[in-house]
Amino acid sequence: MLKVNDSKITSENIDSIIKVCPFNAIEKVGNTVQINAACKMCKICVKKTNGAIEFVEDEVKKVNKDEWKGLAVYCEVLCGKLHPVAKELLGEARNLADKTNQPVYALVIGSDLGAIVDDLKDAGADKIFVYDDEKLKDFLIERYTNVFEDFINKIKPSSILVASTNLGRVLAPKVAARFKTGLTADCTMLEIKENTDLVQIRPAFGGNIMARIVTPNARPQFCTVRYKIFSKLEEPYKLAEVVNMDLSKISMESNIECVKNEEKPAAFSISDADVIVAVGRGVDKGDLPAIQKLADLLGGQVACTRPLVESGWFDAKAQIGLSGRTVKPKLIFTFGISGAVQFTAGMQNSSLIVSVNTDEKAPIFNVAHIAVVGDYKEILKELISKIEEGK
Amino acid sequence: MNIVVCVKQVPMSGDAKVDPVTGVMIRSSADTKLNPFDLYAIETALRLKKEGDRVVALTMGPPSAAAALEECIAMGIDDGILVTDRAFAGADVLATSYTLSQAIRRVNPDIIICGKQTTDGDTAQVGAEISEFLAIPCVSNVDNVEGVKDGYITLTSNLGDVEETLKVKMPCLISVEKEIYTPRLPSYKRKKGLGKIELKTLTLQDFIDKDPNNYGLKGSPTQVERIFPPEVKVEKLALDKADAAGGIYKILKDKKFI
Repeated sequence: MLKVNDSKITSENIDSIIKVCPFNAIEKVGNTVQINAACKMCKICVKKTNGAIEFVEDEVKKVNKDEWKGLAVYCEVLCGKLHPVAKELLGEARNLADKTNQPVYALVIGSDLGAIVDDLKDAGADKIFVYDDEKLKDFLIERYTNVFEDFINKIKPSSILVASTNLGRVLAPKVAARFKTGLTADCTMLEIKENTDLVQIRPAFGGNIMARIVTPNARPQFCTVRYKIFSKLEEPYKLAEVVNMDLSKISMESNIECVKNEEKPAAFSISDADVIVAVGRGVDKGDLPAIQKLADLLGGQVACTRPLVESGWFDAKAQIGLSGRTVKPKLIFTFGISGAVQFTAGMQNSSLIVSVNTDEKAPIFNVAHIAVVGDYKEILKELISKIEEGK
Repeated sequence: MNIVVCVKQVPMSGDAKVDPVTGVMIRSSADTKLNPFDLYAIETALRLKKEGDRVVALTMGPPSAAAALEECIAMGIDDGILVTDRAFAGADVLATSYTLSQAIRRVNPDIIICGKQTTDGDTAQVGAEISEFLAIPCVSNVDNVEGVKDGYITLTSNLGDVEETLKVKMPCLISVEKEIYTPRLPSYKRKKGLGKIELKTLTLQDFIDKDPNNYGLKGSPTQVERIFPPEVKVEKLALDKADAAGGIYKILKDKKFI
């Protein structure tokens, strides 16, 4: 916890101490300061107040980490379909597990899962745990949480990876809360320590900041990861052992009843595009037809940053970034995008990134493969005419 | 019927960054606003509200987060509850959710409505965790409410490729999508008419569970080990703007995009 040393706070330094906190979590109380509920434990105040605020380690309940082994991947099945992100997570789990000599487990929940389990056998898992029952056909969260709980109690995996799909983003927290353990959303990188602590790396604090997050005193360690962040294994892995789990002791009570399930016509998503032309605040609205033209010439899609959705230029479906979609196309142009980490986290794994921006210090140039400092207008116009001439 | 809407005050702009040399966070402005996603939750609550119902906005934060509650009231919410205590400092998802669940227990609502996510944390996880601590069902990504009848709410949840229509027993928690309704604007006339807004404050001492070990940093299983600026990792080719179009054209041709 943070401890305020009143003796080091004077009428001269109190105002500057309050200003150290970027979250306004240091407030004046009488002649001293207190830390309020806005604190995010970034510990800047510990570094910058010359001992006026110090960090004191709390006594913590220790968990026996030897009891928890292996990396588990929840493989999402919805309406009889396996989400392709499952294989990406199994690929990443395999890479992490090999470093610490741990097994990889796949967890599959649903109904009539035979073909899906076959499909998953060589994706990187050592064992696949299958909960197959007619009552698990629809996604009913209470039942799925009970099944997940049963899996954790029986198998005791050290880390659990869940996809940041709409389903994963509600199931993972429900289960993590049941075990009173940590959950880190939308990790963009994962590392693993010798002691099986999972290092979860993600953009944080709503800014151009990355954080390394750990769950040092609780198990299992939960994280969610977006689609198209990791890659599935390139070579088939040795076939996994399939373990069919007993469901007879799991409560199938549900306060939710599924009235109907409708598969939506597969709306084209920018996540599926091979080529994307992305625009940001630096682009004039009048140039959008030309942007669309470039995208059309390359067989691609137009996408944008959050401000352009907020200003009503684009539908939210066209937004790349942490609050939009994650994309990993073969080619992406960025015009007039400065490249805040909320945006780049959603596209930096693209194969070829071509960025045009007037500010040479723009962070987009940290992820761009081809960088052009300058106005996009001329380049856009010239590129379109070159492609048209070439055809 | 009692309805609780969970809201959060977030920074106005998301342009905080880390000084690469000192590792210290720099933020350009201390301005705050009501989390934009919460407006849809407020609108949903106001549409569900019938005569005799009460809608309460609830937020956890520093005393200054009262401004966010006042904005909710200007939109038509009946009451605001500020959950604030030093003991809540440094809370992660689990501790935040637990704190909110303890506060919500004081209101005993039939339905709890959350926005999809916040713009500062972007995690979208707090709602589901609250529901678990309250031992009630939850539905996320709600993009349509058909109606409330005989203690059940019927709604649709967007699960990506599948649209699930569900009949959910109340009490329950839902988090709503932007598509659900267009939020109304705050009415300053209404706010003015109300005079001085009295907000209720809840602290740790008002909770059923008063053990400080379950809140704030102590109740948080995750820890931020280190913060750092995004890394520069790619080798890049810089093209001069004079012949940039030609250079890009050649690369596109070489890589068979055209």
